[in-house]
Amino acid sequence: MKAILIAQKVKSGEIKATDVTKEYLRKISAKDEKINAFLEVFADSALKKAEEIDLKVAQGRPVGKLAGVPVAIKDNMLYKNHKMSCASKILENYISPYSATAVEKLLNEDAVIIGRTNMDEFAMGSSTENSAFKNTKNPLNEDYVPGGSSGGSAAAVAANMALISLGSDTGGSIRQPAAFCGVYGLKPTYGSVSRYGLAAFASSLDQIGCFTNNPEDLELAFSVISGHDKKDSTSLDAPQERKEFNIKTVKIGIPKEHFMDKIDAEIKKEFLSTVEKLKKLGADIIDISLPNTAYALATYYIIASSEASSNLGRYDGMRYGRTSKRADSLISSYKLSRGEGFGPEVKRRIMLGTYSLSAGYYDAYYIKAQKMRTLIKEDFKKAFKKADIILTPTTPTTAFKFQEKLKDPISMYLSDIFTIPASLAGVCAVSAPSKNKTENGLSIGMQFISNHFNEPTLFSVIGMLNNE
Amino acid sequence: MEITKKDIEHIAELAKLELTDKEKEIYGAQLKDILIWMEELNKADISKAEPASYALSGKNVLRKDEVEKFQDAAALLSNVPEREFDFIKVKKVIE
Repeated sequence: MKAILIAQKVKSGEIKATDVTKEYLRKISAKDEKINAFLEVFADSALKKAEEIDLKVAQGRPVGKLAGVPVAIKDNMLYKNHKMSCASKILENYISPYSATAVEKLLNEDAVIIGRTNMDEFAMGSSTENSAFKNTKNPLNEDYVPGGSSGGSAAAVAANMALISLGSDTGGSIRQPAAFCGVYGLKPTYGSVSRYGLAAFASSLDQIGCFTNNPEDLELAFSVISGHDKKDSTSLDAPQERKEFNIKTVKIGIPKEHFMDKIDAEIKKEFLSTVEKLKKLGADIIDISLPNTAYALATYYIIASSEASSNLGRYDGMRYGRTSKRADSLISSYKLSRGEGFGPEVKRRIMLGTYSLSAGYYDAYYIKAQKMRTLIKEDFKKAFKKADIILTPTTPTTAFKFQEKLKDPISMYLSDIFTIPASLAGVCAVSAPSKNKTENGLSIGMQFISNHFNEPTLFSVIGMLNNE
Repeated sequence: MEITKKDIEHIAELAKLELTDKEKEIYGAQLKDILIWMEELNKADISKAEPASYALSGKNVLRKDEVEKFQDAAALLSNVPEREFDFIKVKKVIE
C-alpha cells in the first residue's frame, strides 16, 4: 500500500498506527534475517510513537502528513537516544544526543521510525559491502548486492519492510541502490534538505534524500524533509508547488557524449524504450552536450576524498567513539583509535584525500578538480537552457554479485559514472525503476536530472511515466 | 607516478592513521593506480576556470548572534569513552 493512503487511513481512524507498526515489525522479523537491510530495529520507540498517534486520532487532535507511516533511516542520521554508527566500528556504540533536522521533520509529521539501515561505512562505497557489520542482500535476487552506499534503505523499501526510507547521496548513493533494488530514489537539489545531524562525508556534495515504491510517496516524503534550516546555512527553501505541467512542452535532453558504448545491452534497450515512451507522450527529445562528463569521476573522487579526509578528522577516539586500548600517548591514541576503528575503504579515501590536499600536490589535484567542477557546472547550466530534463541510465550495469568489485576500487568507483555529474553540479535527480525485470530478476534504473529546485518537474514526469 | 613506502608513511602520519606494513603495501599500490587514473584531468583545458567549492553560489544568511544553549550536555558526555566528572580524559600530552 502507498504511504499516502496509510496516512489518510490512520488520520480518518480507519486503521490504527499501532496495527500498521506491528505489521511492519512482523514483516521485518520475517524477511530481514535474509535481507539484512536493518542494523537495528527500533521496535519500542516505534510502538510508542504509534500509540501517541492513535491517541491523538482518538482525541480528535490533528495528526501529521505521514501519520503512522513506517520509515527507515540510514545509519548516518541522528535520532535522539538511538544508536547511530555509520556502519563503522569507530562509532559502534554512539548514541545520538539530538535528532537530525530531517528526522525531526519526519517525527513532526507523525512518521514512525522503525529502524536504522545498513550502509557502506561512512557512506563510502557502491555495494554496502563496506559496512563493518554485515552484507545487505538485494531483495530482487539475493545473490546480488543492493548497491550503495544507502543499500539498506533501498532494500528495506524494495522488500516492503518500510514504506519510505531516508538515504544520503554524495555521488549516487541514493540513485544507484534505487536502480539496483527497483525502487524510486530522489537526490534532491543540494541545499534543499538540511544536513544538520547527518554525519558528514563530503559536505559540498552530501544531500539527504528518500526512497519509495511510487512517485506520489516520493513527492510526499520530499515535501516533509525539505526546507531551510537555520542550523544548516547551506540549506534553502525549495519550491514545493507543482507548476502547470504539460508533457508536450517538456524538452528532454539526451547527452550526446556517449554512454551507449559503456552500458549493458539490456540497459540500452530500456533506455531507448523510455525515450520512445516519452516521445509518444508528446515530449520533445533533443540532443544536448555535457562535454566534460569524462572528467567527472576523477573530479569527484578528488573532491569527495579531500573533504572526507578533513571531515573524518573529528574521529579522535576521545570525545566519542571507539578508543584504542593499546595507546600510551596522545598522538598514538589518535593513530591507533583511527587505525583500528576505520575500515579499508575509509582509510583509502582518507589517504587519497590527505595526499591531494598535502603540500606540493594541492594545486595538481584539489585545485584542478575544483576548476573542473566549475566547467561541469557550466555544462549543466548550458544544457538546462535547452532542456527541462536530462535523461540517462542511472547505472552502466545492473546489480553485480558480492565480491565482484571489492578488490578493485576503481571498478567500484565506475559504477557511479552516470550519477556523479549531477552531484558535482548540485542539481536534482531521480532514479525511476523499469517495469520489466531482467533475466536475473533485477531492475534497471533511469535517471531524470533537472535544474536546481526543479523537483516538481521531476515528480510530474516520473508520475506520468508510471501511469503509462 | 611513484608512491614510495616513505610517501605512504608521510601521508598516514598527516592523517593520523596507524597502518600495518601490509596496509601500507596495499594502499600504496592502490593509491598509485587511482592517481594514474586521476591524471585523466591533465587532458582537460582548465586554464580559464575558477575553482568551485560549492555547487550553488549561495548567499549570505544573516541572523542575530544569540547563544542557544544545548540542553542535553549529559547526552554528549555519555558518549565520551573515558572521563572523570565532566572532563574528557586524554592520554599523556607531554612526553
